[in-house]
Amino acid sequence: MLNVEEIRKQFKILDRKINGKRLAYLDNASTTQKPHKVIQALTDYYENNNSNIHRGIHTLSEESTTLYESARVTLQKFLNAKLAHEIIFTRNTTEAINLVAYTFGEKNIHEGDEIIVSELEHHANLIPWQELCKRKKATLKVIPIKEDLNLDMEIYEKLLSEKTKLVAVTGMSNVTGTIPNIKKIIELAHKFNSKVLIDGAQLAAHTKIDLQELNCDFFTISGHKMLGPTGSGALYGKEELLNEMPPFLFGGGMVLHVTQQETSYTGLPDKFEAGTPNIAETIAFKSAIEYLEEIGMENIQKHEKELTDYAIELFSKHKEVKIFHPENGGGVVSFTIEGIHPHDIASIFNEYGVAIRSGKHCAHPLIERLKIPSLARMSFYIYNNKEDVEQAEKALKETIKIFK
Amino acid sequence: MDLYSEIILDYYKNPRNKGPLKDANAYSEEYNPSCGDKISIQLKIEDNKITKANFDGIGCAISQATTSMLTEEIIGKTIEEIKAMDTPDIINMLGIEISPGRIKCALLGLSTIKKAIILHKHA
Repeated sequence: MLNVEEIRKQFKILDRKINGKRLAYLDNASTTQKPHKVIQALTDYYENNNSNIHRGIHTLSEESTTLYESARVTLQKFLNAKLAHEIIFTRNTTEAINLVAYTFGEKNIHEGDEIIVSELEHHANLIPWQELCKRKKATLKVIPIKEDLNLDMEIYEKLLSEKTKLVAVTGMSNVTGTIPNIKKIIELAHKFNSKVLIDGAQLAAHTKIDLQELNCDFFTISGHKMLGPTGSGALYGKEELLNEMPPFLFGGGMVLHVTQQETSYTGLPDKFEAGTPNIAETIAFKSAIEYLEEIGMENIQKHEKELTDYAIELFSKHKEVKIFHPENGGGVVSFTIEGIHPHDIASIFNEYGVAIRSGKHCAHPLIERLKIPSLARMSFYIYNNKEDVEQAEKALKETIKIFK
Repeated sequence: MDLYSEIILDYYKNPRNKGPLKDANAYSEEYNPSCGDKISIQLKIEDNKITKANFDGIGCAISQATTSMLTEEIIGKTIEEIKAMDTPDIINMLGIEISPGRIKCALLGLSTIKKAIILHKHA
């Protein structure tokens, strides 16, 4: 069990009043709030250690390098990757996926090859593959969802073939909360010698990840969706794949030897981290991971399940409400109210201190598939409590009343 | 609540000038991809003035009500007068404050009307 009241004390922002009401922050799938520990880590770093990493001989540079590299080890252990240098720091999941598309993709995808994505994808795990397919004259195939909002695994099996070179699928939908059976997706793809990328932007924030057990080839995360600062994120890739891939961005920090006409590059992980990275944010991301580990990912998952079930229970009492959530989905509850546009819902919820998101959630094809113009979405995290859900239901009642 | 004033809710629930305009001579459509709002405008322009205006569309209360109000507001105005209309005119017409996140919704109708006028000139 989570001690939610103790946790809430670490998030000063939750004391804010919005339109005179207590804040119920239910936009966590977009970005989470940051605990005191993470904010303090940023301040500590800038006040005590700030310097550029690597190559520096002076004390501050050595300290910064040690802190930055220790974040890599923390993340490696958190995700149970085999090696620390299989973790490449990026700004976010979007950058991590683009990195794979422009390096692995450019090198290994050829005319006539196929890439498989799913209908659940966030644009970050769709558009880089669309563009790659266009550049390479490859084909993009899509695993559809079934009426129950889960992926159609029978069709997935049929889509797989010798032509499949990459399967790129989300670990958890940011719209419906659907959690695909990624273990099975990975196993099946590997039978066809296809590589697999899992977009873990949502999943990693809520579930214990064991990369060695999962055996995916690439995995991406966004630190800001799991209590870390914006600008912190990572790509995991299997060592042998990362070694074979060409660099993504070129510049300082990733070279062995440079002449006026030619350059040779360093090994992992520096090869993929050209330029000064987000040092402070990455170090503070380490604090976020330590905090999550202290609380325990199993406890987090259980807590979110309770809130999700409670929200569905309260919201489905209202006949005007339609909920888009599969059985055993994650802590995301999307809904519509008959006759009321989601932007109007979000505006009225905001009047009652409830922060939700409305729109197409960077998943236009999925919204089209659901045959709706847009959706309102509540998403939960460690500091949310039943009072937040009840406040949302109160806002829901008011919304229905205003538009009656 | 200020944003959902009685007048906005009234225009949303009972839209004026919604549906096809038979003798229209200026048309346009706009779409806000981030929220899915769609507005189409049909105008009758005579002697440089708007004599009739209808709209159709789907979307949030702010975009739909504002557009419906505009179809009344612009009658009798010259093309130049409409071209000169901007955000403050809309806020003034609505009589409410609009947050930066919703201002796009309120301006969709006006930009669609302006587009119809431009298309009409080029026809």
